Amino acid sequence: MPAYEAPLRDIRFVLNEVLRIDTFSNLPGFADATPDVVDAILEEAAKFCSGELQPLNQSGDEEGCHFDDGKVTTPKGFKEAYAKFAEAGWIGLPCDPAYGGQGLPKVINFAVEEMVCSANLSFGMYPGLSNGAYNALHLHGTEEQKKLYLPKLVSGQWSGTMCLTEPQCGTDLGLIKTRAEPQADGSYRITGTKIFISAGEHDLTENIVHLVLARLPDAPAGIRGISLFVCPKFLPDAAGKVGERNKLACGAIEKKMGIKASATCVMNFDGAQAWLVGQKHKGMSAMFTMMNFARLAVGIQGLGVAEAAYQGAVTYAKERLQMRSLGGVKAPDKPADPIIVHPDVRRMLLTQRSITEACRALAYWAGMELDIAAHHPEAERRQAADDLVALLTPIVKAYLTDHGSLAANLGVQVFGGHGFIRDWGMEQLIRDARITQIYEGTNGIQALDLVGRKLSVGTGRLLRRFFHPVTAYLETAAAKPALAEFALPTIKAMAKLQQATAWLAQAGLKDPEEAGAAAHDYLRLFALVALGYMWCRMAEVALSKQESEERAFYQAKLAGARFFMAKVIPETNLLFTTMTSGKNAMMAVPDDYF
Amino acid sequence: MKVLVAVKRVVDYNVKVRVKADGTGVETANVKMSMNPFDEIGVEEAVRLKEAGKATEVIAVSLGPTQCQETIRTALAMGADRGIHVQTDVELQPLAVAKLLKAVVDKEQPQICILGKQAIDDDANQTGQMLAALAGWPQATFASKLVINDDGSANVTREVDGGLETVTVKMPFVLTTDLRLNEPRYASLPNIMKAKKKPIDTLTPEQLGVDAAPRLKTLKVAEPAKRQAGIKVKSVAELVDKLRNEAKVI
Ligand SMILES: Cc1cc2nc3c(=O)[nH]c(=O)nc-3n(C[C@H](O)[C@H](O)[C@H](O)COP(=O)(O)OP(=O)(O)OC[C@H]3O[C@@H](n4cnc5c(N)ncnc54)[C@H](O)[C@@H]3O)c2cc1C
Ligand SMILES: Cc1cc2nc3c(=O)[nH]c(=O)nc-3n(C[C@H](O)[C@H](O)[C@H](O)COP(=O)(O)OP(=O)(O)OC[C@H]3O[C@@H](n4cnc5c(N)ncnc54)[C@H](O)[C@@H]3O)c2cc1C
Repeated sequence: MPAYEAPLRDIRFVLNEVLRIDTFSNLPGFADATPDVVDAILEEAAKFCSGELQPLNQSGDEEGCHFDDGKVTTPKGFKEAYAKFAEAGWIGLPCDPAYGGQGLPKVINFAVEEMVCSANLSFGMYPGLSNGAYNALHLHGTEEQKKLYLPKLVSGQWSGTMCLTEPQCGTDLGLIKTRAEPQADGSYRITGTKIFISAGEHDLTENIVHLVLARLPDAPAGIRGISLFVCPKFLPDAAGKVGERNKLACGAIEKKMGIKASATCVMNFDGAQAWLVGQKHKGMSAMFTMMNFARLAVGIQGLGVAEAAYQGAVTYAKERLQMRSLGGVKAPDKPADPIIVHPDVRRMLLTQRSITEACRALAYWAGMELDIAAHHPEAERRQAADDLVALLTPIVKAYLTDHGSLAANLGVQVFGGHGFIRDWGMEQLIRDARITQIYEGTNGIQALDLVGRKLSVGTGRLLRRFFHPVTAYLETAAAKPALAEFALPTIKAMAKLQQATAWLAQAGLKDPEEAGAAAHDYLRLFALVALGYMWCRMAEVALSKQESEERAFYQAKLAGARFFMAKVIPETNLLFTTMTSGKNAMMAVPDDYF
Repeated sequence: MKVLVAVKRVVDYNVKVRVKADGTGVETANVKMSMNPFDEIGVEEAVRLKEAGKATEVIAVSLGPTQCQETIRTALAMGADRGIHVQTDVELQPLAVAKLLKAVVDKEQPQICILGKQAIDDDANQTGQMLAALAGWPQATFASKLVINDDGSANVTREVDGGLETVTVKMPFVLTTDLRLNEPRYASLPNIMKAKKKPIDTLTPEQLGVDAAPRLKTLKVAEPAKRQAGIKVKSVAELVDKLRNEAKVI
């Protein structure tokens, strides 16, 4: 397994120098997050990830979870590591202080999540799902529910799940069959089968809080008839002491491609007692308000894997000796040159790194706007931030997870045959990253969300939240001689994006299938523009610090920006061409072709 | 009972140390710095004493430039109660550190003063011993186990060349830590947040009446010589010949 060292300097660069989180010290949570405290938090989290989580990554993959008669045991070491993780208070980092959290900015939590995901994606699933359950209850639960469940979720004593998927439905949750019967005491009885439930059963916590989507007897058909329920494994008394076992059980765990240390469970509800969260039949909208967090968090998973893959690859490329450099011998005292001298190896490493760094900036930017949307004193600024996050969420989810898979694949390629061999730990990254493109809404669905839902809100209001400030920024940047090198290619890409948007508005309005056919290309085109913009901002900071003691660090940033502008962003031309070629290449194909 | 722990800011143990081009020392600009690992063990031991109800207050002391406050914060995040920073930009050598610590000890009157057995940057292994001598206190160095007795003494197991040795020392005493004393904890997030609010007093060598000027002059710092590549010999006879006549070791 390649060693993982948290990229603390890069993380700080984005937080402190690019996003300037210090300028938001008027927002709650940010006031405590002074640069020195943030440094201390990041360093300790990094220490924990490298020291406790990363060493369990490969062994957890080899061993997997065990299922025995309804009981699930996590791989060796997970229970102890989870206990330490909870004990150290990491789960409560972004949570409400009223329930024992630290109330720190979400953007700081993104940085910590990135490190956890780089070190051990499977492990990160357990606190990640708890965070999802926390958000759902915090946003939609009654006071009583919050008082009962949130402190336990925040402390990590209990964990959470999200029970959406059923055998007949994953993407189309309108097909949900699980039933909820009202009881005389105001509670409900849930009956049905959920599949693929992450952390549905395990040995890490004394209780598990399931958030379940189900249908009431009087529910309208389809997606508007779904309600959300909270359904604990053990029924707690009002003081939170766990009591009787609820009528639900894990029927099996899946054997799967990756994240093997994360238990993926079949959950059978057999008249399990549950309580309504939010309003009747409004379960989907309740789910969606927290899904934005969850989708961004899955994007962060992709980012984490990409960083881990790069670190493994670059270390290997400096050590592995094969062939001589085409530009003349570089290591005459050795039998061959290290492969990092070869153009193709550099292409792979820089593709990983230049995209990963921009993805980090983009995801953290979205994270910071989440904080602004939640806490800014001015309603207009809150709305603007909320709009921007809504727009960026499908982009972050889909592009970052696609990049996680790409970067993991490149990591294996740099290792040559050794990448394919288990011992090196590089192929695990491919297997682990793969699911991130599928769950929390497949990446195909993210693209549909972008073109179908996000573009049409308020006749393009969300789009303008991105286009206006970014265009203004790029125009100013292009007028600065040193920055023009980066701003001009981004402006070109932005022009393509605007053209593509206009094309989509026309073609998609006439024929929704055109929009569906264009969605994938459009999302990637949008993402590349957003990443180009992030690189411009990073380059701007780097240019202003060329005289600093850390010149080499800032030079490296410019090198990354140059690679991105030369080799990555031109893909926008290709995407524009394929997208505007229309749906026929797919949709005119007769059904019997397949 | 107060416990004083000395914490030194050193180049992080993961960093590959490089010698400065002019040979005056090692490169520390833009190099990750952190708490001397032996001092982390010291803080952990002190915090455990407090948790066990044996100590009432844990004070972390660091000596050196402003950035030492970060090291003190780390100790506070691990559970120390307050910090003392003796600020100076002069190069500090073991004797000066021992004198400064002696002055702090006089002020604070702790019952135990814990130091690392050495710092991983200069590996001097002198400060604890010098402090004990200056204070006229007993010393228990290279500790791998500490047991506080009810009568105001302590049993300390020491790692010595021949194995383990247990000594009894009367308070107040100086303890220097060895690696096996304990395994330092991870700081918890709530404690990291609390650490920000814990007080750090800043003093200067002048205020403590100590002349901290270096007594030793560093002539030159150099990398260890690169190891020569090995060679293969054809026979035992050739090996013996080379060992005798070239390496001159037999
Ligand atoms: C390891 C793992 C963990 C999981 N954890 C959880 C969990 O904790 N909780 C939970 O509820 N679920 C979980 N899931 C389920 C996951 O969210 C679903 O697998 C996912 O939503 C996709 O649903 P599906 O598998 O039914 O695929 P389908 O919905 O059958 O999709 C199959 C393919 O069709 C495409 N597709 C479907 N509809 C459309 C459309 N309208 N337009 C274009 N393309 C379309 C999809 O993009 C996909 O490529 C998990 C799954 C796995 C494998
Ligand atoms: C499952 C499996 C089955 C195999 N079966 C056989 C077999 O039956 N017989 C056999 O003899 N071998 C076999 N191999 C070995 C396989 O052919 C080698 O792994 C492959 O040739 C790559 O060599 P390498 O692993 O040493 O990678 P390296 O040569 O170290 O390459 C590492 C990376 O550097 C790149 N690189 C190296 N040199 C250059 C250059 N000059 N310019 C640009 N890029 C460069 C490579 O493209 C690669 O990305 C097998 C390997 C595996 C994993």
